[in-house]
Amino acid sequence: MSTPQTKPVDPIIETESLVEERISVASNWTLVWWRFRKHHLAMASAAILMALYAIVLCPDFFSTQDPEFTEARQAFIPVQGVNFFDEGRLDPWVPAIVGKRNPVTLRMEWRTDPSQKVRVGFFVPGTEYKVLGLFKSNLHLIGSRDQSQRIFLLGSDRLGRDQWSRIMHGTQTSMTIGLVAVTLSVILGIVLGGISGYFGGWIDQFIQRLIELLQSVPTIPVWLALSAALPREWTPIQVFFAITIILSLIGWTTLGREVRGHFLALREEDFVLAAELAGCSRARIILRHMVPTFLSHIIATSSLAIPAMIINETSLSFLGLGIRPPAISWGVLLQEAQNIQTLALAPWLLIPGLLVIVAVLAFNLVGDGLRDASDPYSK
Amino acid sequence: MARFIIQRLMLLPLLMVIFSIMIFAIVQAPPGDFLTSYAATLASSGSSVSMEQLEALRQQYGLDQPIPVQYYRWMVSLLHGDLGLSLEYQRPNIELIGEQLWLTLALAVFSFVLTWLIAIPAGIYSATHQRSVLDYVLTVFNYVGVATPNFMLALVLMWVAFSYFDLSVTGLFSADMAGQPWSWAKFVDLLKHVWLPATVLAIAGTARLTRVMRANLLDELNKPYVMTARAKGMSEWRVVLRYPARLAFNPLVSTIGWYLPQLFSGSLIVATVMNLPNIGPLLLRALVNQDMYLAGAILLIYCFLTIVGTLLSDILLAVLDPRIRMGQ
Repeated sequence: MSTPQTKPVDPIIETESLVEERISVASNWTLVWWRFRKHHLAMASAAILMALYAIVLCPDFFSTQDPEFTEARQAFIPVQGVNFFDEGRLDPWVPAIVGKRNPVTLRMEWRTDPSQKVRVGFFVPGTEYKVLGLFKSNLHLIGSRDQSQRIFLLGSDRLGRDQWSRIMHGTQTSMTIGLVAVTLSVILGIVLGGISGYFGGWIDQFIQRLIELLQSVPTIPVWLALSAALPREWTPIQVFFAITIILSLIGWTTLGREVRGHFLALREEDFVLAAELAGCSRARIILRHMVPTFLSHIIATSSLAIPAMIINETSLSFLGLGIRPPAISWGVLLQEAQNIQTLALAPWLLIPGLLVIVAVLAFNLVGDGLRDASDPYSK
Repeated sequence: MARFIIQRLMLLPLLMVIFSIMIFAIVQAPPGDFLTSYAATLASSGSSVSMEQLEALRQQYGLDQPIPVQYYRWMVSLLHGDLGLSLEYQRPNIELIGEQLWLTLALAVFSFVLTWLIAIPAGIYSATHQRSVLDYVLTVFNYVGVATPNFMLALVLMWVAFSYFDLSVTGLFSADMAGQPWSWAKFVDLLKHVWLPATVLAIAGTARLTRVMRANLLDELNKPYVMTARAKGMSEWRVVLRYPARLAFNPLVSTIGWYLPQLFSGSLIVATVMNLPNIGPLLLRALVNQDMYLAGAILLIYCFLTIVGTLLSDILLAVLDPRIRMGQ
């Protein structure tokens, strides 16, 4: 071929070597991020989780009204779906609710009436609340423009409380419990697993036997018994922390095992010896040199542990032994759906369960993505 | 092999003693005792008991003794095969539990068999037909199955059966069969009812097991010996089932021991939702009413089942895999 001899470098080869150079100088975390980014499902799930944690930060902003506002005459109102367009213009509205008492069962029967429109708006003023307990606001993401008119985006429960607002507040409790319980497990797991793997000897033996003992505990019955043992007069905050501690007491064992394995493998590595010879203290060797090498694994494992915590909290609360009303969590909300006759009448009471499934799925997918990405040098 | 089993068996009593202390500490931890909550229940229904009566009852049940003495008494009677008297039902615990233990075990075994019957073929299909439509369907199903809490699934199924088919699917027996002595008709009736709770319990387990089976088998299928077998002209069915499937199966067997106890515990919540005659709801009621000897006895049974389950899986694994046997 008559390719000109003067052409310096093939452009494709050049970009390839540039890519290679970028990879070879990128930090471990950048590599993890690059790999994680390729995992589309995990990225989408991460977006969902971020949205859920935005709700955790300020549930009042996302709710349409006070979650505790009770109005028995507005019980079991069905879902009022939002329509964004009215006669071709962007003008969101929900159909109004009309009720009629059934002459036989004497029960109010509600239906939506699209001919009457209740205007809704975004960023509308409503009930006042405090953002993170700091400053006051009365702005709500979505709400009825006419403040005297209540809207029920996800229906209402047997006491006429707005389920949409209650779900927002439940999200705060349930998502926080998962996170706090896993954080506690991680701390326990790293400390005890680290001690076990780093020092070895009888301490290692003792901690290993303890882990074995805890792992052969039948979890759900023992959790139930422990939660039943919480005093009835405790405040919701106390119960909340007690439940997280109960959940993490058994949760740390898997992590502890994993951390110990990593420590055992790393103890013999040259860089640890080098750090020891350089005169580093033990704490520095562990925290500065050893932990960062397997931190990404720990994060992946713990993000896979959060969904189990969420499911357990939901189940405990559902049975009436976890978070208790007046505190709101997804499990507490699902308690309303316990009765099959009620459920036949108001199937929208199952919606909090959908949220549980979405959250757990998202955590699982993110965890899988992280696990695959956490070892950036593997194929 | 015999030595290995004996070693593990010797550990069993020690574990049970540790667990019994732990359980006793938990069940007597709530403030007050059964009699305070009993008095509260009576008071709320309008009648009342005098302080003297309560004190007499407390003495009769030994609730006035210090905790170590209470524990000692409990242990001594346990060793005599006496699980104590239920404070609430005023009946021996062993009777109360015995009625329901068999049904609990039957439900667990039934859903266990169901899980494996579905999960293993599904896992093998997914691995051999990787990236096929059915593989994707199974994967989605598995993710959702793992993400759905058991009780939620039970609720949805009950709701669908109730509002679309007008079926009430609670309980394990029809109303007219529940009180009858065991007979063939009652057994058939049980089979008619057991499938729904068993399916609920099996779905989460199936999802997990299918995933593990698929991953294990995929690892094995890439190994050179599979290619050798194909090169020799073996039919695809024989290649897959004869070697890789068996190897992929091994790690699963080791988890049987964890899986069985999980089933017992998991059935607790489903049984409560579906109103099944199971030791789960019995435990829940006992815990709420502080019927401590009944709760303690049920918790001990759960612990015993868990330990035996783990032991069984260790033995099974040692039988299946000589490398583990030799390592001991």
